Amino acid sequence: MASFVDLVFVLVVVIDLFLLASSRLGAAIRTVAIQGALLAALPLLLVRESHNLGHAVLLAGGALAIKGFFIPWLMFRAIREASIRREMEPVIGFVPSMVLGAVGVALAFAFSSRLPLPDAGAHGFLVPTALSTVWTGLLLVVTRKKAVSQVLGFLVLENGVYVFGLLLSDVMPVMVEAGVLLDLFAAVFVMGIVMFHINREFSSLDTEKLSALKD
Amino acid sequence: MTLVPVLGAIALPAASGLAAAALRARPAAGQALACAALCAGAALGVAAAGTVLLGGELSAPALGLRLDALSAIFLLPICAVSALGAVYGLGYYPQAEHGPRAVRLQLFYGLATGGMVLLVVAGHAVVFLVGWEVMALSGFLLVHTDHERAEVQRAALVYLAATHVGTLALFALFALLRQAAGSFDFAAMQGLPGAGRLAASAFALALLGFGVKAGLMPLHFWLPGAHAAAPSHVSAVMSGVLIKTGIYGLLRVTGLFAAPPATWGTALLLLGGASAVLGVAFALAQHDLKRLLAYHSVENIGIIALGTGLALLGRSRGEPGLVVLGLGGATLHVVNHALFKSLLFLGAGAVQHATGTRELDLLGGLARPMRATAVLFLVGAAAISGLPPLNGFVSEWLVYMGFLSALERGGGDLLAFAALGVPALALVGGLAAACFVKVVGVVFLGTPRSAHPRAAHEAPRTMLVPMAILAAACAAIGLAPAAALPALVRAAAAWSRLPPELLDGAAARAGAGASRVSVAAAALLVATAGLVLLRRRLGAPRAPDVETWGCAFSGPLPRAQYTGSSFAELLVRRFSWAIFPRGAAPRLGGAFPARAAFHTEVPDTVLDLALAPAARGFRWLAARAHLLFLRRIQFQVLLVLATLLAILAWGFGW
Amino acid sequence: MLLLRTVLHLAALLALPPLLLGVVNRTKSIFAGRVGPPLLQPYLDLAKLLRKGAVYSRTTTWVFRAGPIVGLAAVASAGLLLSMGGAPAALSFAGDFVLFAYLLGLARFATALAALDTGSAFEGMGAAREVTFASLAEPALFLCLLVLARATGTLSLSGMLGPALPGAWGSAGPALLLAAIAVFVIALAENSRIPVDDPNTHLELTMIHEVMVLDHGGPDLAFILYGASLKLFLFGAILSRLVLGRGDGALASEALFFLGVLCFAVGVGVVESVMARLRIVRVPQLLVGASVLSVFALVLLLR
Repeated sequence: MASFVDLVFVLVVVIDLFLLASSRLGAAIRTVAIQGALLAALPLLLVRESHNLGHAVLLAGGALAIKGFFIPWLMFRAIREASIRREMEPVIGFVPSMVLGAVGVALAFAFSSRLPLPDAGAHGFLVPTALSTVWTGLLLVVTRKKAVSQVLGFLVLENGVYVFGLLLSDVMPVMVEAGVLLDLFAAVFVMGIVMFHINREFSSLDTEKLSALKD
Repeated sequence: MTLVPVLGAIALPAASGLAAAALRARPAAGQALACAALCAGAALGVAAAGTVLLGGELSAPALGLRLDALSAIFLLPICAVSALGAVYGLGYYPQAEHGPRAVRLQLFYGLATGGMVLLVVAGHAVVFLVGWEVMALSGFLLVHTDHERAEVQRAALVYLAATHVGTLALFALFALLRQAAGSFDFAAMQGLPGAGRLAASAFALALLGFGVKAGLMPLHFWLPGAHAAAPSHVSAVMSGVLIKTGIYGLLRVTGLFAAPPATWGTALLLLGGASAVLGVAFALAQHDLKRLLAYHSVENIGIIALGTGLALLGRSRGEPGLVVLGLGGATLHVVNHALFKSLLFLGAGAVQHATGTRELDLLGGLARPMRATAVLFLVGAAAISGLPPLNGFVSEWLVYMGFLSALERGGGDLLAFAALGVPALALVGGLAAACFVKVVGVVFLGTPRSAHPRAAHEAPRTMLVPMAILAAACAAIGLAPAAALPALVRAAAAWSRLPPELLDGAAARAGAGASRVSVAAAALLVATAGLVLLRRRLGAPRAPDVETWGCAFSGPLPRAQYTGSSFAELLVRRFSWAIFPRGAAPRLGGAFPARAAFHTEVPDTVLDLALAPAARGFRWLAARAHLLFLRRIQFQVLLVLATLLAILAWGFGW
Repeated sequence: MLLLRTVLHLAALLALPPLLLGVVNRTKSIFAGRVGPPLLQPYLDLAKLLRKGAVYSRTTTWVFRAGPIVGLAAVASAGLLLSMGGAPAALSFAGDFVLFAYLLGLARFATALAALDTGSAFEGMGAAREVTFASLAEPALFLCLLVLARATGTLSLSGMLGPALPGAWGSAGPALLLAAIAVFVIALAENSRIPVDDPNTHLELTMIHEVMVLDHGGPDLAFILYGASLKLFLFGAILSRLVLGRGDGALASEALFFLGVLCFAVGVGVVESVMARLRIVRVPQLLVGASVLSVFALVLLLR
């Protein structure tokens, strides 16, 4: 079982790296959806005590529905409605963002065992995977021009936070997790509204054009 | 063993220029005599180094001289390259043609050689510094040879400034060491504690002082200009051996400390990695042949620093394997780089001699008129790219082995991450090969791109023979690397003060590998020879009689060939975060575009984009300050007084 | 026994490579719904080329004629270092994979110089692209080999691809899987296959490897083609052993090994049939991506 969990964590990080390299918006959204679905499986794989099983199933089901289906559907809809061009348009090139991502992943895996975190015997790849995913999300938010791809970055960021949450899933009440998901949902929602407005005003979703706004 | 050869190796070269000066009336004889004296001194030096490397040590505390295996391994290339450079100078810079300028060159060339020999055999800090300054100042005067050209003046001035900053750091360094050990004698300084503030500041000063000389990135800024501006055999000596004295100093000083902390090794690994990768990247972007070669020196110094860093880490961790492989790789690369880099500079000199230009994009097709030069340059190019079966591969392989032995650590040991040096070295190797494909291809292959290479002629024999000797040495080390290993182990033992039997295990393993490298090299040669014979039997090749296939375009223009700049463009763009070429492409439009010209230059990021603007800003500030305060003598005295008071206050506060 | 296996391997190394090209082409023709050339067509092509004469351009020198010879000799010597079917290679020592990679580098150096010797802008372009992509592929290859070295605890190719491999799959499966993917990408790039380069393209402006050898003909071209197939075989051998290194007993592991090499050729054919080639500017991204994957794999093992 351990090696299977290993594989899931490794896949999550590989998806992070793939996201940094991908230039197609549609492919990136689908990849984030796959990452969400993989993460949804984790609570079931990591559950140690049987009385927590219900909690885990709830968490997994909720994550799968929201991360794997609902939010990607929303984003595809947004792309269609706002007729956004299907490319990522990075601020820095794909190669530098991949290299930066790799540096972050390497540092996370090299040094995470030295962090003062409540380990509680959880899986060894958990913390570095969470850190790498958060780092990737931040990179995506910072280095992509389009509002949609920034939303994508936020999603990846939240995925990382979610993995962190798994560390505490035994102690953390389901409400906290629900709160995080709700936050995210609200964020996507607000971004969606903002996106529509930017699009109407400027006929473009390039956030760099916002800096031309003056009162 | 007597001291005579060492003294001869110092005195004969240093005095060799006097012969040229005395025989000014008969320039050819004067230069030949000077060259002979220098060669005789160098032969004595090689003999002394050889005996020490075969076992033994030479020490004369009264004179402040000491020759151990570490010194010997540096002494060997210093003597050999200087002597070959002097022979080359007979054809390249004949006194009969250049008159007093050549006499001056001969004088300072000999002095620089003597200075280098003196500093590597010094056993006393003051002697070391004397050698250092003689070498540095004669280096400046050598760079300054063609002083009427503006870029030569600038390069020489930058070199002078840089070397003095380095020397200042060295004065401070040896003062510190004197304070700690109570003597200027290296033997007395041996075994200083590696921990503490004193050791840390000594290392920082050594890194600054010796790093400037060695040309470690970002202290390399003086190097490309100076090496390009000097006459080619001087460039060969400067690039091949003079900058290695920086590495020697670094090794000598770090060898004085008992247990160097791990940060020293790590710092050298990081600096070495940056030098290696960025050095070769800058080299790729150059279109001046000698500047390009000079940047490759930065790259190779980086590889040497990587090996040194590994050896230091090995000492701080008590790992004899790392010490042997790291220091063995570094010192062998010192020798190898001296061989192939001086070969390449001498080749570049032959090209400049024959065509009158160093601009890559004006050359081309020189393999026909300069057949021998082309073959020898190609050997040097393959060697510096680290390709088997030549010597560059062997030393890089040793450094690789050092990194790989870091891989054998258990989980959780941060030393294992040193293995990430392997892909860095691989990148450097790939980029260096790309760069030398560009150089050889653009200079020697294809068709001439301008009138310069069309008028080219083969170099005279006095220039070809030294190059041939260097190429033969490259091939010899590449084919039989195991023969060099015992000397390297001795140098590692002399440097690390570890008992030789501790080093033997790793040395035996490296030796087994090295002998198999020879087998593979032999297999490669046999396969090549077999294929050549097979190719002969398949029918004698017809004489070339058609145009190159131009995709149905039947009037090929020499200028339509790929140039060096276009060849490197794909790679240089990858380094756009560090290299900022100047010059924009002209806009062409319309059915009949007007005549347009395009020119780029690649400024050195450190010198031209950081230091020079900073210096200009400083001068501007100084001018303003002058206007405000310093016009009246009262203000000036006031400033002196204020400084005095501040120093007094600081003294009391201390 | 071991000697016999080594001799067998060397014979296979010399005899089999053109067959791989035949398998690749047959796979592609099946995908395209054609009958395609016979499997042994590459051998016939080589025999034909060896009988022909060669034409040389007026700009060329000895470097042009030496290119194919040195290129083939270097790749063949690299073959001596490669362990096949789990048996030790003819020549093996700690750190031999550095020599392996640098011998391939020597072959590339010779071919690129021969290309520049023609003085043609097209061939210069091809040489520039080849060395550029190779200098990015080289670190990736070394990273993959480091992963193997770390997972198996040995520093020679024979050890990395030898008996320690099955155990390494148990303890370091995910990392080895990532490395295998990266090696496949590097193999496609190093052998000038789709999606990096198209061996069948007819437009000089888009070629990489093929344009470098445009001016070679007759026996010289035969050397180049044979050398290219040899290189494909070398990468196929690494990958086959890396993925299928689980056979029990000599015979089984030998059979599995050769089966794996054939599967590699089929895989290359499938990739060529279903993928389009990348734009040139995207190729560095692919290679850096392979490096990033293998860095990740290495970090997994180093922590």
